[in-house]
Amino acid sequence: MVPDTNLTEPPNLDERIDVTPAVVVSPDPAPKDVVFDVTDLSVYYGDFQAVRDVNVQINRHEITAFIGPSGCGKTTVLRCLNRMNDLIDIARVEGQVRYHGVDLYDREVNPVEVRRRIGMVFQKPNPFPKSIYDNVAYGPRIAGVKGNMDDIVERALRSAGLWDEVKSRLKASGLGLSGGQQQRLCIARAIATDPEVLLMDEPCSALDPIATARIEDLMQEIKDKFTIVIVTHNMQQAARVSDRTAFFTTEVNPESDTRTGLLVEVDSTDQMFSNPTDERTENYVTGRFG
Amino acid sequence: MSVISSPLSVAESVRDQLKSGKRDAQGRSFSLLLQLSLALSILILLVLLYDVVTGGWSVLGTRLEDFLAAPMRSQAADSGVAQGIRGTFFIGLFTVVISFPMGVAAAIYLEEYGGKGRLARFIDINIRNLAGVPSVVYGILGLTIFVKAMGDFTGPNSNGRSVVAAGLTLAVLVLPIVIITAAEALRAVPQGLREAGYGVGATRWEVTRHHVLPYAAPGILTGTVLALARALGEAAPLILVGATTGFLTGGSSYQIGALTERFTALPIIIATWAGRPGDDWEAVTAAAIVVLLGVVLLANTAAILLRNRFEKTRK
Repeated sequence: MVPDTNLTEPPNLDERIDVTPAVVVSPDPAPKDVVFDVTDLSVYYGDFQAVRDVNVQINRHEITAFIGPSGCGKTTVLRCLNRMNDLIDIARVEGQVRYHGVDLYDREVNPVEVRRRIGMVFQKPNPFPKSIYDNVAYGPRIAGVKGNMDDIVERALRSAGLWDEVKSRLKASGLGLSGGQQQRLCIARAIATDPEVLLMDEPCSALDPIATARIEDLMQEIKDKFTIVIVTHNMQQAARVSDRTAFFTTEVNPESDTRTGLLVEVDSTDQMFSNPTDERTENYVTGRFG
Repeated sequence: MSVISSPLSVAESVRDQLKSGKRDAQGRSFSLLLQLSLALSILILLVLLYDVVTGGWSVLGTRLEDFLAAPMRSQAADSGVAQGIRGTFFIGLFTVVISFPMGVAAAIYLEEYGGKGRLARFIDINIRNLAGVPSVVYGILGLTIFVKAMGDFTGPNSNGRSVVAAGLTLAVLVLPIVIITAAEALRAVPQGLREAGYGVGATRWEVTRHHVLPYAAPGILTGTVLALARALGEAAPLILVGATTGFLTGGSSYQIGALTERFTALPIIIATWAGRPGDDWEAVTAAAIVVLLGVVLLANTAAILLRNRFEKTRK
């Protein structure tokens, strides 16, 4: 377990709320707060190299999108940001994932503490088979949060834009909600623990366009409180919601006929979609492959 | 296909095509075969039930209370299964109390904590093999360890031949089955549920305790009770660990005394009586079988009720 003093920027909600939203109007040369600094990251599943040599920085209070064709390792990289890959026995990580300067894969880092600060929303809505209230209250409860749980639950549900739809049936099962509502419940659950970062792994892939639009609006509403990293298959979604975009692709290893993912380029979303430097990015964002 | 001009002939040709074509003869005969197999299984069960109930009716219909309350006696006409019910109950209790926590704990370790490497696979295969070992072998194990080596503890006054020794033996017998079924129930828990727990910062213990176990509980319970039902019907290992096949003299009224004393059980009584000549012994044997079936049925019912309660909390 890492003492808080090791973090250059201990997450603190009150402090974060006061910060004005990051402005991306002019090409501001002032250095932004870097939350994640990923250097030379490679991930292996057994002997198979899933993704190699990823270098990317993720800035505070921005939405960073990971895009790319299937199997390019964008989800794998995302799951390295909160040590979720630990759950896969054969996964092995090389390189560094620095979170406020602390290497998350340092031996002394406690993954449970990591995940309290870096929340996650999954591809398929996965509420606990419990009541709506208990879904949201679970994280703060196990974290030993003192204070009025009703307030915490209400605030999280309001932030997730779900409060008005569920306030009369908080004791009903979370599984009784529609798919889009379930996903917003999962977002409420994730932000109830007051994380600094939200990782979203294709959060809209199981949702219809209306529910998707709802979640995208929500991301804009909460991005001044959280740093968001979203993996998406949907280029339009990346263009709509993100400030910066990272494009991943795959390359075939000639001798083993397997595919390894790699990061092609990272830039502001405007730049990536209008004037990318790499030809592969251009081909992808113009729909010529993938 | 030829070009069809008039709308009428289009309709005709579509109708012909839709209504002709190969019927799924294989699928139908397969489905019939499945139904036949099911019907045969149920039929066998019904015949069995009919046979034992009619066979034991002269006892069950006339002196049921006496039959349940009386001990084994030299005459079939006044023999009963009271000692067997008591023995089976206590042995079953012992078996559950020991094999359930141990088996579930082992399964949790294998599925949630242990790795998935070669050693884990090796252990998994061996547990599966243990579940297939004949029960007599477990009887010999029980005789060696629980009766002879640990006799001073399991039955100081009965040379180790006691309810405790029998319960331990059957617990070891069903342990692999409990582990396998519990592990399978744990494996059926969706990975998304675990990820949801870890995602909000739960520890492995919290994920297991708050999410995985409640979700797997109905499956674990069902498996455990099926294993227990198997244990309750076992006669062979009990004979080896010294179940009494004749008269029980412990206690004042032919009842089993302490758990460390000599014992008998329903399957033992059935096996013993089945070997005796004469229609009256045949009738009490059949009646005892019906009682054993009833006991197993009761255990299953209890498990189903428990499972339904757990399933309600799963929503």
